[in-house]
Amino acid sequence: MAIGKSMNRVDAYEKVTGQAQYTDDFFEGEMLTAKVLHSTIANGWVKKIDTSEAEKLPGVVKIVTCFDVPDIQFPTPGHPWSTEEAHQDVSDRKLLNQRVRLYGDDIAAVVALDSVAASRALKAIRVEYEEYLPLLSPEEAMAEGAPLMHEEYPGNILKHHTLIEGDYEKAASEDGLLFVEGDFQTQIVQHCHIEPPISYAYMKKDRITVVSSTQIPHIVRRVVGQALGIPWGHIRVIKPYIGGGFGNKQEVLYEPLNAFLSMQVGGRCVKLELTREETFICTRTRHAISFHETTGVRPDGRLVARRVKIVSNQGGYASHGHAIAANAANEFRHLYQADGALEVDVSTVYTSMASAGAMRAYGIPQAAFALESHMDDIALRLGMDPIELRKKNMMKLGYVDPGTGIACYSSGLEECIDRGMAYIHWAEKRKQYQNQTGPIRRGVGMSIFSYKTGVYPISLETASCRMVLNQDGTMQLQMGATEIGQGADTVFTQMAADSVGFLPENVHIVSFQDTDVTPFDTGAYASRQTYVSGMALKKTAGIFRERILDYASYMLQKPADSMDIRDSWIVCRETGEQLLGMDALAMESFYSLDNSVHITAEATNHCKSNTFAFGACFAEIEVDIPLGKIKVLDIINIHDSGVLINPKLAEAQVHGGMSMGLGYALGEQLLYDKKGKPLNNNFLDYKLQTSLDTPELHVDFVQTVDPSAPFGNKALGEPPAIPVAPAIRNALLHATGVAVNSLPLNPQKLVEAFTENGLLNGGALHV
Amino acid sequence: MTKIIHCTVNGQETEVAIDIRESLADMLRQRLHLTSVKKGCEVGECGACTVLVDGEAIDSCIYLADWADGKHILTVEGLRGPNGELSPIQQAFIEEAAVQCGFCTPGIIMSAVEIVGSGKQYTRDEIRKLISGHLCRCTGYQNILNAVERAVNEAYQFLQQGEP
Ligand code: FES
Ligand code: FES
Repeated sequence: MAIGKSMNRVDAYEKVTGQAQYTDDFFEGEMLTAKVLHSTIANGWVKKIDTSEAEKLPGVVKIVTCFDVPDIQFPTPGHPWSTEEAHQDVSDRKLLNQRVRLYGDDIAAVVALDSVAASRALKAIRVEYEEYLPLLSPEEAMAEGAPLMHEEYPGNILKHHTLIEGDYEKAASEDGLLFVEGDFQTQIVQHCHIEPPISYAYMKKDRITVVSSTQIPHIVRRVVGQALGIPWGHIRVIKPYIGGGFGNKQEVLYEPLNAFLSMQVGGRCVKLELTREETFICTRTRHAISFHETTGVRPDGRLVARRVKIVSNQGGYASHGHAIAANAANEFRHLYQADGALEVDVSTVYTSMASAGAMRAYGIPQAAFALESHMDDIALRLGMDPIELRKKNMMKLGYVDPGTGIACYSSGLEECIDRGMAYIHWAEKRKQYQNQTGPIRRGVGMSIFSYKTGVYPISLETASCRMVLNQDGTMQLQMGATEIGQGADTVFTQMAADSVGFLPENVHIVSFQDTDVTPFDTGAYASRQTYVSGMALKKTAGIFRERILDYASYMLQKPADSMDIRDSWIVCRETGEQLLGMDALAMESFYSLDNSVHITAEATNHCKSNTFAFGACFAEIEVDIPLGKIKVLDIINIHDSGVLINPKLAEAQVHGGMSMGLGYALGEQLLYDKKGKPLNNNFLDYKLQTSLDTPELHVDFVQTVDPSAPFGNKALGEPPAIPVAPAIRNALLHATGVAVNSLPLNPQKLVEAFTENGLLNGGALHV
Repeated sequence: MTKIIHCTVNGQETEVAIDIRESLADMLRQRLHLTSVKKGCEVGECGACTVLVDGEAIDSCIYLADWADGKHILTVEGLRGPNGELSPIQQAFIEEAAVQCGFCTPGIIMSAVEIVGSGKQYTRDEIRKLISGHLCRCTGYQNILNAVERAVNEAYQFLQQGEP
C-alpha cells in the first residue's frame, strides 16, 4: 500500500536541483516586457492620460490606457462558472479602469523591449484625476453621502444576507441566561507566496497561449475568454510549477490583460510579472472582518441565544464577492449548535482599499478568531473551563447543516482536544498560571475549528483524470487538479498506485496542466483536491484496471475476475501468484499483431458530497508586559483530516499553516495612510514570519476514516492556518486577564491594552 | 553599456557579455539560463536569489553582475556530483520534506552549502539565525531546519572521522 506512507515528494528532485521550471524559467525567443501603470489615488476617475512623452522613449513598443480597452466588465474569482445568471460571479472591472477604486488600480500598460524601457515609460505617462474621498472602512463606505464605488451597489453594499436558525427573541427570553457580548476585528494580511504573480502570452495563428503561475488553469481560460470577448477554444492556458498561491492565484488577476497586450502587438510574446510591491496592493488580500457577538448562555454552559453581526471589508473590487463573509457566517452555525437560536447578519462592503479575495481557509480564520475568543470570554464569565464549554456545545457526529445538508460523517474533534490537553498539560497549567504578578507572565490557550472539504453544494464540484498505459507497463497519470506546492502530485501518485495496483514508482504524473490536453478540473482551492479530484482518480482507476484485466484475460485465457493487479503484476486473485508482468502485458497490448489496444481510461466525477474536517490548536505563551511582547513557548496543532495519504507531507502542510497563523496572530498587517495609500507593501516593512520568529511547530493527527471520502480523507491544506490566532489570544487572556479583541497582537496594541487595563502605568508596571 | 566579464560559474570558466547595470541574478538567469536562481522581491528582502560568490552567500538580485568579474559563482545547478548524484544537502531537503512549492528552496540550499561548508557544528538556534534571511511561506521553516541541521551534523561527523 502506498497510501499512508510518507513517500518523498515526486517533484522534490526537480526542486532541489533547479530543474523545476516555473513561469519565469522559459525562454521563448523574443519576449517583450509589460508593466502596468497604477493609480496614485485611492478613489476617483482618470480624466486624461497623456502618453505622448512615453511613446517617444526608445524601446517602447505599445502603450494602452483605460480609454483603449474593450468595454467589457468581467468576473475574476476562481469559482466554477454558474450557468444560472443569478449565481454568477460579480463582473465589476475592465482590463484597465477609468473609475479608480483603490490606490494602485490598473489604468494603463506599457509593452517594451525590456523592463528598463517599460519602467521609464511608466514614469513618463501623465495622468489627470478627479479625486473622491477615499473610503477606508466599511463604516465610511456605508455612511450617508459616501461616493459609490460601483453605481450598481447603493450604500456600497455588495451583498447582505441573514442566516436564521430558530427564533432569537424567543430563545433570548429564557429565564436565567447570562449574556456576553464582544466586538472583534481582524486585519488585512496578504498571501505572500514567494513567487510573485507572473504570466506570459503569445499568439500562433488565431489562438492565444497564456503561460501562468495559477492555481486554476481551466478557469483562467474561461475568464480570459470572457474578458476579451473571444471564444474559449481559442485560448490555451499552461500552468508550470508555481511558487505558492494560498488563494491569491485562485483568481484571474493579470492573465486577461497579458493576453490583450499580446494581441495588441500582433501576437508577439509579452511577459507580465508583478513586483512584490504591486503584489501586495494590486492582487488580493485577506478580508478584514468585524464581528459583533451577543450570546445568551445557561449557567451550565449551554449556548441558547446567539446573535452575530458580520461586516466584511471587500476593498475596491468584488473578487470572490460575498462568498467569503458567507463562509465565515457558516462557521458560527457549524462549530457550535445552540439549544435555541442563531441569527447571523452578514454584509460585504466595497471600500477603496486592496480588493480582498480567497486566502487560505476562506473567511474561517477571521470567524475563528471572533468565535473562539468569544467562547473564552463566555467561559471566563461563567467561571467554567473553556474546554468544558466547547465540548458541551460543539458539533457532534451526525450533525446536518440545515442550510446546505452537509453532514458530519466522521469526527475526531473530541480526541483532538484531549490530545492537545495532554500535550500542553492543560489542567495543571491553567491552575499554575492563575493569579500571576510581575512583568513576565505565562498562559495557555486553545481553540478549535471545523472546515468543509470542497465547495459542494454552494458550487459545482467536478473533476477528471486520465490514465495511460505506457509500453513498459508504467502509467502516465494526468490530473486537471493542480500541484501548487501542497504535494498534490505526490498524493495522487500514491492514490493511483493503490487504486490500480501499480508500484508508486511506476506512476508518472504529469505535473503541468495545459488546457489543450489536460482533463477538466476547476483547480486547487477549498482543500478539495484529495477529496473531489481523488474521487475522479478512483473512478478512472476502476476503468483502467478493468481494461488491463480484460487484456490479461485475453493473453492468459483466464476469466478477468479471477485475477487482480498487485505491485504492477497480474496475479491470481486467490493465491496472489504472479502470472504476468505489467511490462509484458503492455508490450503485447501495444504491438500485438492480433489485438493491439492502447489501454487508457478517463473519467469525470461530479462530486455531490462534502464532509467536515476538524482540529485544535494549543499554545503556551510568555508575555513581557512592559514590552507588550508575546513569546510562544510551545504550540501544537492537532488535526482530524481523516486518513492521511502521506503523513509526512500532511505534517509539512500543517507547519506552513501554523506559521501563517502565527503571522496572523502576532505581526502581519497591511497598513494604509489617510489617503488610502499602502504604507508597508514590501517584505521589509510587512512583518512576515522568519525562522527566528517561528517556534518549534508540533503536529498531531487523529485519523478518522471518513465514509464519504474516496480514501477516508478530508480537508487538510487550509485548516492549519485557522486556530492559531485565537489560541494565542486566549493564552494572552489567561496570562494577563486582558482580552484583546483585534489582530495582530503586536507590542503597540498590547502596551495600549495593558495600560488601559491598569497593568501598566506610563510604561511602569502597576501590579 | 556592454562589458565582457570572466568568472567561474559552477566550476566552468565563463565569458559573459553583460549590461553594466544588470544584477548577477539577471545575468545568471537570462544569459546563462541558470533558472534555479529565483526572484521573489528583487530588493534583497527574501533570499530566493541567493548564490555563493567565492564561497559566500549573497543576494544576487542586489549584487551587480560586474562585481562578479574574476570570481567563483556557485548555484544549485552546480551542486550535483559528476554522475548527477545529489549532494547530501539536497538529499536531506528531499528526505526531510523541506520542499513544498520549492521557490525558496534553491536559495536556502545555497545558504546551507555555506553553513555546512564551514565545517562547524551549530545549534538549532544558531541555524535558525543563519537562515533567517530567507523567507518561506510554505514550510514554517520546521523541516528546512531539520534538513539543514541534519546536513550540518552529517558533515561535522564526517570531518571528525576524517581527523587523525
Ligand atoms: S529576489 Fe533577491 S532577495 Fe528577494
Ligand atoms: S517552499 Fe514555498 S516558499 Fe518555501
